[in-house]
This record gives sequence, structure tokens and C-alpha cells, in this order.
Amino acid sequence: MAFALTPDREKQVDEILTRYPERRAALLPMLWLCQRQHGWISPEVIEYVAERLGLSTAAVKGVVTFYTMFFDEPVGENIIWVCRTLSCDLRGGKVIQEHLEQKLGCSAGQTSSDGKFTLLKAECLAACGQAPMVQINDRYYENLDVELLDRIIEAHLTKGAEAAAEEFATHATFRGPRKGASSAPPPPSKEAVRVASQPPPSARSSKGDES
Amino acid sequence: MTRFFEPLLTSRYGIHESWKLANAEKAGAYRVAREALTARKPAELKEEVKKANLRGRGGAGFPAGVKWGFLNPQEGDQVYLVINADESEPGTFKDRSIMDLDPHRLLEGAIISCFAIDAHVAYIYVRGELAFSAARLEAAIAEAKQAGYLGQRPFGIEHPIDIHVHLGAGAYICGEETALLNSLEGRRGEPRLKPPFPAVKGVFGMPTIVNNVESIASVPDIIEMGGDAWASLSRLPGDGGVRIYGVSGHVKNPGLYEAPVGITMRELIEDYAGGMLRDRPLKAVIPGGSSTPLLDPRRKVHAPNPDHPLHQWDGMSEIDVPMGVDTYRALGTMLGTCCAIVMDDTVSMVEACRNLMRFYKHESCGQCTPCREGCGWLVDVLDNLCAGRGKHEDVDLLVNIANNMMGNTICAFADGTAMPMLGMVQKFREEFMDAALNGIPDSVRHDESVRSLVEVQA
Ligand SMILES: Cc1cc2nc3c(=O)[nH]c(=O)nc-3n(C[C@H](O)[C@H](O)[C@H](O)COP(=O)(O)O)c2cc1C
Ligand code: SF4
Ligand code: FES
Repeated sequence: MAFALTPDREKQVDEILTRYPERRAALLPMLWLCQRQHGWISPEVIEYVAERLGLSTAAVKGVVTFYTMFFDEPVGENIIWVCRTLSCDLRGGKVIQEHLEQKLGCSAGQTSSDGKFTLLKAECLAACGQAPMVQINDRYYENLDVELLDRIIEAHLTKGAEAAAEEFATHATFRGPRKGASSAPPPPSKEAVRVASQPPPSARSSKGDES
Repeated sequence: MTRFFEPLLTSRYGIHESWKLANAEKAGAYRVAREALTARKPAELKEEVKKANLRGRGGAGFPAGVKWGFLNPQEGDQVYLVINADESEPGTFKDRSIMDLDPHRLLEGAIISCFAIDAHVAYIYVRGELAFSAARLEAAIAEAKQAGYLGQRPFGIEHPIDIHVHLGAGAYICGEETALLNSLEGRRGEPRLKPPFPAVKGVFGMPTIVNNVESIASVPDIIEMGGDAWASLSRLPGDGGVRIYGVSGHVKNPGLYEAPVGITMRELIEDYAGGMLRDRPLKAVIPGGSSTPLLDPRRKVHAPNPDHPLHQWDGMSEIDVPMGVDTYRALGTMLGTCCAIVMDDTVSMVEACRNLMRFYKHESCGQCTPCREGCGWLVDVLDNLCAGRGKHEDVDLLVNIANNMMGNTICAFADGTAMPMLGMVQKFREEFMDAALNGIPDSVRHDESVRSLVEVQA
């Protein structure tokens, strides 16, 4: 079946093309648009993109296979990337992966039988100070323990990905209060300025330091 | 002594919805850009950046002012600014905080930089996984455009500036500047042979300045304070200003901390990050991302010669040397991204090593044989060691493989794999020898010991 972007997304492609002096540079942004619409990069998608940008299908395919985030086969409704690089492993990355494998009934690299989740191992996701962590779709979930992880997965199942992200996803500083956390931050030395991992918003001063 | 320090680069992080223009602007955003574009000359701005001794924050520590000086555009050339937001070096998580919490600081730095180097277009290349950060940047760009700080006439002057976010799609090597340029052009992210350097022939064949996010985000403060004043915030000569330090692993308070250049690793761990988790002893610390050889607190600096750059610290522990690009090079390691991975005495160095080498095996782009084959081979040997299937000669084999990867490849990836590998074997040789005979007991596998840690926390 031939593939085509929706007219809205087609308009976005037109706009993207104006950003670069060469058409080819629109390749990654266009593949992203296609994958967001179609879920993966099928052979039909490759043909469509190649034609739109005036490239050979081989050139497009060569790019698609280079990058780990483009899927060349269908995947589950949600993608879970579990970080297993050193900083995360030092804080329990392996436990997180094992727990997910048990809960979803599939190992890393596979999709759960209900098609809800594809579980993948990831290399460092630039959230090492909030380890262990996972990425689900395009949001991060940090400072995990198995109990928090369970709640995040449940939320995806019962409320959907967007509502789950609303409730649990993190951006660079947010570090929610953790039930029974064993290492409640002791007061830092007066001079030290902690800029990330701040207390909840209510306790924040406008300078970003904790006094 | 940690001296009191008013945050600069991160001063807006704590503000409510700091990523919105109105809030950032109330706290001073774009004041410097307005002044720079309307009342200063590009040459003056370049001079300030040079005086600031801003060493690139992306890992190599090259002076930004000198790099900008390499530009020599020919008739008809269009200069580009490319901002490296690929942030993929294991252990590194600082640039993301700038994009999430103060995207307007990055944009302000980009606007001033574009004006200074006579560029009209800047691309911010964000790693694909950070789609959320990329969206924050996009929203900030839309706001800045709306306000008239970007576009045809930024702050009313005749120097059009556009900034575009370009999302990667998962590949560590795209952080290497020439691989990044290929990726930006819609190609496979494979590094290019240098020379030509990007400043001569970069993206779309045009002169291009590639700088890290934190480097560019430092520009507004440099222009506001003046290069000399900013440089003198540092405790070290020739390596100016303040930077964002990251700490992950076995400390009580992992996270990001802003401090002057030149604090020591001991200060970072004890004063800033609250000390070691569960008060266990520090075994080793990887100072600035996984490609930087680790520090061993037991080892003393050996610099009896008064001419040695580290003479002042002769006889002190490695972790008491101030963290600077040049001091760390003299120490046989690199400052890298200044994001440390801290390991306590429960960690097996062989296991930690295997973890990182698996990363490099996964991420090698495969163009050069020594890199492609070497990474795979290292992992095979380490797997054998961990499983107790190794022999003593394997330890020398690791050294041999690593030595043969260095200096023989298109990009610095292979060196960035081999150097930390060699550092680990050099400093913890007994442990590798022991693993060769006995494998690694479960009790020291860090992936086993953390199990109890996580259970305790849950
Ligand atoms: C394998 C490899 C990966 C790199 N990854 C990054 C990265 O993720 N972010 C970054 O800013 N620089 C990275 N660099 C360094 C860049 O090539 C380049 O030196 C840097 O972006 C220049 O900016 P700066 O001078 O402001 O540091 C990497 C280099 C190599 C060899
Ligand atoms: S050194 Fe490795 S990563 Fe760099 S170009 Fe060669 S194969 Fe690719
Ligand atoms: S090691 Fe997991 S985010 Fe960096």
C-alpha cells in the first residue's frame, strides 16, 4: 500500500525545506514526521521520502539503518528504552530492566504479547544524575525504583501515554519527593550551589540555591 | 575551601517556568544581546570571547576564541553556526538542563555569536532522544521571533538571524563534529577526514563554527562582564570562567552544580555532591565522561620537577588537582565534559570496563578497521574475563588491542575508547589479573550489589 503524509504534515515538509540550502538536509526531519504518523519506516515510507527529496531509495535506506531510533519493522504502541550504561547501572539499571522484562513478559528487544510495549536497551540518555531511568516514547522517567516504575506502566495502560507523561515524566531538574527515599538530601555546604535535583517547586527560591 | 559563588550560567534555573520568555526576560534575558547587536561591533565581541579563555565545553577543551579566529570566509561564502546538542557521552547530562530550563540563554548566546562571526543561520543539533528538550527550544525560538529578537531584523538591525532545531535519531558518533555535519546534511553520521576543518569547509561546504551548548550559553555572561572579568572567575590561568559540573553514580546527591573552573574532584564529591553514598570509600572516578581515563584517589601526583605543570600538587592525591583542561591533561587524563562518574569500593573495575566497552562497540560507526574490530575484540576479551574463562595474557591483550586502536583512525572515537581502557588496566591491573583467573565473584558485580540498594530505597 502506498504511503503518504497527511496534508498537514506535507505543509510542515514545505516549511522544513526552507530551513536548508539543500533538499537532502530535510531527510531526518522528514523521516521523523513519517515515523510519528506511521509508527515505523516501512519500504513504502522509504519510497515516498526518496521521491519527495529526489534521492535514491538506497540512500534513504542507508540513513534509516544508521540511526537506532528509526524502526525498520513494526513496533508496539509504546517504546520503552531502558538505560544500561554505567551511571544507570551503578544505581540499578539492571534491576529496572529485569523488572520490566518480568512485568511485560518479554525480554529486551521484544514486544509484549498485547502489543502495548516494545522494550529496548538504550545507551546513556543524558540523564545520568537521575539514574536509574527509562525513556518511554519521547519522555524521560527518572530516579526510578520498581514501585514507581509499576505506577508509570499502570498509568500508560489505564490512562494512556499522554496522561502518564503529564503525571510522571521529568525534565532536567525535577526530582519529585520520593516515598521512603533512603538518601534524603542532607543540607549542602553553604557555599555549594545545587542546580539540579532541586526540592519541589514550593520550596524553591528564585536563585536556585538552597539555603 | 569552596568559595561562595553566585550562580551565573544557571541563575535562572530555579525560576518558575524559567523556560518562558516573559519569565526569563524579567530575570535579564536578552539584555546583553540587545546591547551587543545595537551598540557593539562584531570584532569587539570576538575579542571578548578570546580574552575570556572559554575552553570548549563539548569535551576537547579547545579555546572558542581561537576557533572563531580560524574563520576566513571567501567571497560568496555563507558562514554557519552549528550548536552541538548531541550530548551522548556516557555520564554527561549538563546541556540538557540548559535546553530544558533556560533555552533563552542558549538562544541569546547564539544570537550574539551569529552576529560576532557574521553568520545568519544557526542550527542546533539535538540528539533524537531529547525530543522534549528540542520542543522546548522550538517554543523558545517561536517566542524570540515573535518578540523581534530573531528573524529579518533582530533588535531592529540589518543582520537577519534564523535558528533552527535539527533532531538527530540516536547515534553517539553524531556528537563528533564532522559526523554531526554529515548527519545535518541528511547523510549517515560518519566522521569526515580532517582537514579541511569545519571552520574552512563545514556544513553545506561552507565555513562553519561548531560549538557545544554550554560554550554558546556562556557567551552572554562573557559579553556582559567583559572577557577578562569572566576569565578571572576561574581559579586557573588560561581556562576561564564557570562551568556546570555533573556528578552521577555513588554519591549522596547526584546532580548538576555550577562552580568556577578549577575546583577539585574532592570538593565536587564531598562539598557539592554530599559525599559518598552510604559513606563507602571512593574507589575511582571517571572525571569527564566515559572517554576520559579514570582517577584513582590512592595515587599521588608525581611532579618533583619545579617546571612540571603539576609541581604545586606534587605528592597529593589525583583527586586534589584542580579540574582544568590543562591540569587534567598533565595528569594523563582529560577534563572532557566535566561530568564525573563516581564509583565506590563495591564496583568491579572489570565489570565497569566491560559496561563501557560494550557502549563503544555499539556506537562505533565502523568506517575504520582498527576501531570497528578493536571495540568488538575488547568486549570479547572482557566477557571472557568476567566469566572466568580468561587467562593472564588476556590482560596484556587488552592493552595491545587498545594501543593499536590509537592514532590510526578517522576520528577521535577510537582514542576515546582506548585511553580509558588503558587507564583502567594501568591503575587496577591486579583486579584484571585476578579476574583472569577467577572471574568476578557475584559479590563485587556492581549490577548485583545495586540490587540491594534499589530494594532498600523502594
Ligand atoms: C566521539 C565523539 C563524540 C563527541 N560528542 C560530543 C557531544 O555529544 N557534544 C559535544 O558538544 N561535543 C562532542 N564531541 C566534540 C565535538 O567534536 C566538538 O569538539 C565540539 O562540539 C566543539 O565544541 P566546543 O569547542 O564548544 O566544545 C565529540 C567528539 C567525539 C570525538
Ligand atoms: S574512529 Fe571509529 S567512530 Fe571514528 S570514524 Fe573511525 S570507525 Fe568511525
Ligand atoms: S548512564 Fe543512563 S542516562 Fe547516562
